[in-house]
Amino acid sequence: MPILATQFLADLTRVAQLLGAGAHVLNACADRYHFTVGLAASLVSGKLSLLPSTHTPEVIRQLTAFAPDVICLTDEVDCDIDLPRVPFPGAAAAGSASPAPVPAIDTAQLAACVFTSGSTGTPVPHRKSWGRLIACVREEANRLGLSGSTCAIVATVPPQHMYGFESSVLLALGCGHALCAERPFYPADIAAVLCAVPRPRILVSTPIHLRALLESGTALPPADLIVSSTAPLTPQLAAEVEQRFNTRLLEIYGSTETGQISARRPTHTPEWRLWPGVTLSVRDGETWAQGGHIEQPTRLCDVLEMTGEETFLLHGRVSDLVNIAGKRSSLAYLNQQLNCIPGVLDGAFFHFDDSRASHAGVARVAACVVAPQLDAARVVQELRRRIDPVFLPRPLLLVARLPRTSTGKLPQEALRSLAAAHLQSGGIA
Amino acid sequence: MSEKVSPLRQPTAPASAAALVHEVAGLVVAALNLDLAPADIDADAPLYGEGLGLDSIDILEIALVVSKQYGVQLRADSEENERIFGSLRRLADYITAHRTK
Repeated sequence: MPILATQFLADLTRVAQLLGAGAHVLNACADRYHFTVGLAASLVSGKLSLLPSTHTPEVIRQLTAFAPDVICLTDEVDCDIDLPRVPFPGAAAAGSASPAPVPAIDTAQLAACVFTSGSTGTPVPHRKSWGRLIACVREEANRLGLSGSTCAIVATVPPQHMYGFESSVLLALGCGHALCAERPFYPADIAAVLCAVPRPRILVSTPIHLRALLESGTALPPADLIVSSTAPLTPQLAAEVEQRFNTRLLEIYGSTETGQISARRPTHTPEWRLWPGVTLSVRDGETWAQGGHIEQPTRLCDVLEMTGEETFLLHGRVSDLVNIAGKRSSLAYLNQQLNCIPGVLDGAFFHFDDSRASHAGVARVAACVVAPQLDAARVVQELRRRIDPVFLPRPLLLVARLPRTSTGKLPQEALRSLAAAHLQSGGIA
Repeated sequence: MSEKVSPLRQPTAPASAAALVHEVAGLVVAALNLDLAPADIDADAPLYGEGLGLDSIDILEIALVVSKQYGVQLRADSEENERIFGSLRRLADYITAHRTK
């Protein structure tokens, strides 16, 4: 059943009254409409929405240190986040809402704070102003060819992640599109939700979901645009998506720090084209992005090759970066968390692209650990409290010592060799 | 790692529930490339989170394999869904009740 703007305005007014006196809100709502109401309620009450990429107990502890007054807005009855909780209220009686004016939000107001994992173990906050967030998605709407039409947006990505936040919640709020509250997961759900909304309709998704959708044998309803991000699609998958949905597929590239900065249609060109005003520069072998909606010059964690003033090719990750299904971390952060576990004497994560990488389009990380008093299950159990499950090592190998060089360095290649030899010998932890 | 199975070559109509549990275990191990023998998976332990420790990417992968092998399209809004990944046995039971091939 469609929700009209008057209902939205009434709901945000209601939720704003529940948020208390603190200045920070962890918006953990799973329903995209609830999340959007929570964001708007926070905006009108001058509160900053905190959007960490995961809600493990360790992340919540760090969040409390960052913002001691933070409360958690949740729509899950069994939410176990260890913060003062504000349950999302049930629906108000129909017709009880008196028409509320559309609030005007100062462009300079800080609207959201996203986090990246710092190398020291403390997450690094990135504050986003409302004006810059909206400027970014208005350019996205231009690039996606959405100007002048009202679309229904269905997204398989959570609203709390930068990509889902921008391409579903902000695209709807900032550009006059309609948002689908559901977050469909299984292929049959994605098809059903897409089918249920009016056209023109957009599917905002990832290579993982798109691949599952095509391979599942589910009948695909027509869509008017497919958007993908978090990892580049293979050319074959991109072509198949366009063919099966009989529409355009556009890919977005950006980062948590910068937000979206470029797009491409992979069946037409491998080159990404930057948003107007955004520029890239290379300093000491590192690529930096600045200008446009970007809050401050930001080092990108990918290897880019400029091919023109506004265009570039993407050549993959900087080796420390870990990006699994749109969740980002760094080997340094994961190592720090691993070595904090009592009983772990030494341990290191590494990229271990086994056969699954090509099989499922998901490259996991592995780890070698020296922990004579612990078994692998215990180490994994401890890690689960600290890091998002997508980063849990596969495999986790218990070894006698790590292949450190005489200077104490730990080459990734040496770790891969050790792991390969370990697996060959059947010494699986 | 001693017992590697090729689940796709196994018969698709197992004689008993236990056989289907074993067959699904083989599919899960092969699809996720787990360092386990199918028989090592506790048929009654949760697949998600604690227990076997799978995450949502794995669950999507299993859903895909199950749809290909048995013609069962999993749905998040089906009432049983929360139970389905409660254990390997429940997943096998669900497949038995809904398989189309």
